Amino acid sequence: MSESSFVEPTRRDMLYIATGAFAAVGAGAVVWPFISQMNPDASTVALASTEVDIAAIPEGGILTVKWRGKPVFIRHRTKKEIEEAVTTPIASLPDPQTDQARVKKPDWLVVVGVCTQLGCVPLGAPGSRGDYDGWFCPCHGSHYDTSGRIRRGPAPTNLVVPQYEFISDTKLRIG
Amino acid sequence: MSGHSTYVPQSAIGRWFESRLPILGLMHGSFVSYPTPRNLNYMWTFGAMLSFMLVAQIVTGIALAMHYTPHVDFAFASVEHIMRDVNWGWFMRYAHANGASMFFIAVYMHMFRGLYYGSYKAPREVLWILGVIIFLLMMATAFMGYVLPWGQMSFWGATVITNLFSAIPLVGEAITTWLWGGFSVDNPTLNRFFSLHYLLPFMLVGIVILHVWALHVAGQNNPAGVEVKNVQRDTVPFTPYATAKDGFALVVFLIFFAWFIFYVPNYLGHADNYIDANPLVTPAHIVPEWYFLPFYAILRAIPSKLGGVIAMFGSIAVLAFLPWLDTSKVKSASFRPVYKVFFWVFVLVAIGLGYLGAMPAEGGYVIAARILTAYYFGFFLLIMPLLGMFETPKAVPATIADAVLAKHGNVVMNPAE
Repeated sequence: MSESSFVEPTRRDMLYIATGAFAAVGAGAVVWPFISQMNPDASTVALASTEVDIAAIPEGGILTVKWRGKPVFIRHRTKKEIEEAVTTPIASLPDPQTDQARVKKPDWLVVVGVCTQLGCVPLGAPGSRGDYDGWFCPCHGSHYDTSGRIRRGPAPTNLVVPQYEFISDTKLRIG
Repeated sequence: MSGHSTYVPQSAIGRWFESRLPILGLMHGSFVSYPTPRNLNYMWTFGAMLSFMLVAQIVTGIALAMHYTPHVDFAFASVEHIMRDVNWGWFMRYAHANGASMFFIAVYMHMFRGLYYGSYKAPREVLWILGVIIFLLMMATAFMGYVLPWGQMSFWGATVITNLFSAIPLVGEAITTWLWGGFSVDNPTLNRFFSLHYLLPFMLVGIVILHVWALHVAGQNNPAGVEVKNVQRDTVPFTPYATAKDGFALVVFLIFFAWFIFYVPNYLGHADNYIDANPLVTPAHIVPEWYFLPFYAILRAIPSKLGGVIAMFGSIAVLAFLPWLDTSKVKSASFRPVYKVFFWVFVLVAIGLGYLGAMPAEGGYVIAARILTAYYFGFFLLIMPLLGMFETPKAVPATIADAVLAKHGNVVMNPAE
């Protein structure tokens, strides 16, 4: 039995394997363009940066600008808000991050205005800023603080800080 | 069960054609001479309604696609154009939008029927799983269709649902970007949703054909939950018996459907979807269409993003495992006194979850949603496996004919069988 069960591979076996392997590679090569075409196209990627004049934002005010189809909050923080953000014990945060790590200048907080849970735009009008004076997401009840960090609710992470730089004291480039 | 068709066409042309493509025989065997259990009740008429609704949605949808523009700048306006300018456009759109709701009403009745009478048990496991796939495809189709008018609920519904995929560890962000074709829900998203919304119904047709095929191999379940043993005693031909009964039920269903189209066409919709989509302002209260509410409630009941998403998809996936989760030998709940109670509680829980899905995610609503979610999963994962071991079922009739006769008071057993 053991003698007869071992069959020497033939040239035909080799042809089967080679043909199968080529077919698999070919199928993958054809499928890839159809998957890739759904990724962001060149015109979408080109709209990747935007410039904003921030001179007119009063202390305590929030300007919402559109960047890559999403809102970005530019918040001119008050002394009290900065104080709250800086003195919060890091250990008490669901997604621990210091305030310093999230801002370039303490007066200005720039975050993507998209709740990290399911993508709603959190509310930031005075009176609807949630329990931590930051933002409140009405969709599923996430509270963010004055540094845009998640404090309570289902959102897993802090509001995202986009890539940005100060071109001058009153001009900002996002992206 | 379906038996080989002995159909012979009457005309010479029919016989000539039949010997070359036996499609007349196939139709005759499937919808005329096909034996149906003689004890089927009206809960068995929803399959015909679902077939009708699938065709109706495709027909109204093709008409609407002739006038709709899938572009963020024109989509909302083109829907209003359909409503105001296109001949009978209002009718097509209201029939299509309410048709989706009718489709789901019928599918939920159909599913609860299967759950009550144990239609998922051997030998109908594949039939049932095909049904779960149909349900999933229906949900995807309905979701993408709701995005097309590009109102506020369209946009924010699309945002919330596509963001579910961002909960997947490591590759979540990349998948979401790929689904969107950008960095947020935008024109590429709308375009591809239109393309897929047009495609999926035809895939549904294909799987429905498999579903009907599997049904005709295993044969229909029935209220007694016993298999056909004698085709002469236990069954009647599909035509005229099932055709007439399905036809009558369909007429009643169409009256209900027409009432929505002509009297309360916007009752099941949301007023915010008559506001053009605005990516910078989220509506105060995002709610999905009514048929998604129970699953939305499960999503929100779990205080973790990934956990909520897993629970929501799990609540549908668990259905596919029912044939193996239910350990009882008895199919029909008519003979399962304990299961019957748990089943009706489950129906109430499902309706309760639907109610909670429409309420804000805070305070007592969240606690209630957690309790009901626990029951939802407990019903499938604990009650069903355990009940099969501990429940004492009532005596099950030996044959369908016995069940019919017992119901009508004259128990006639035929020992010769």
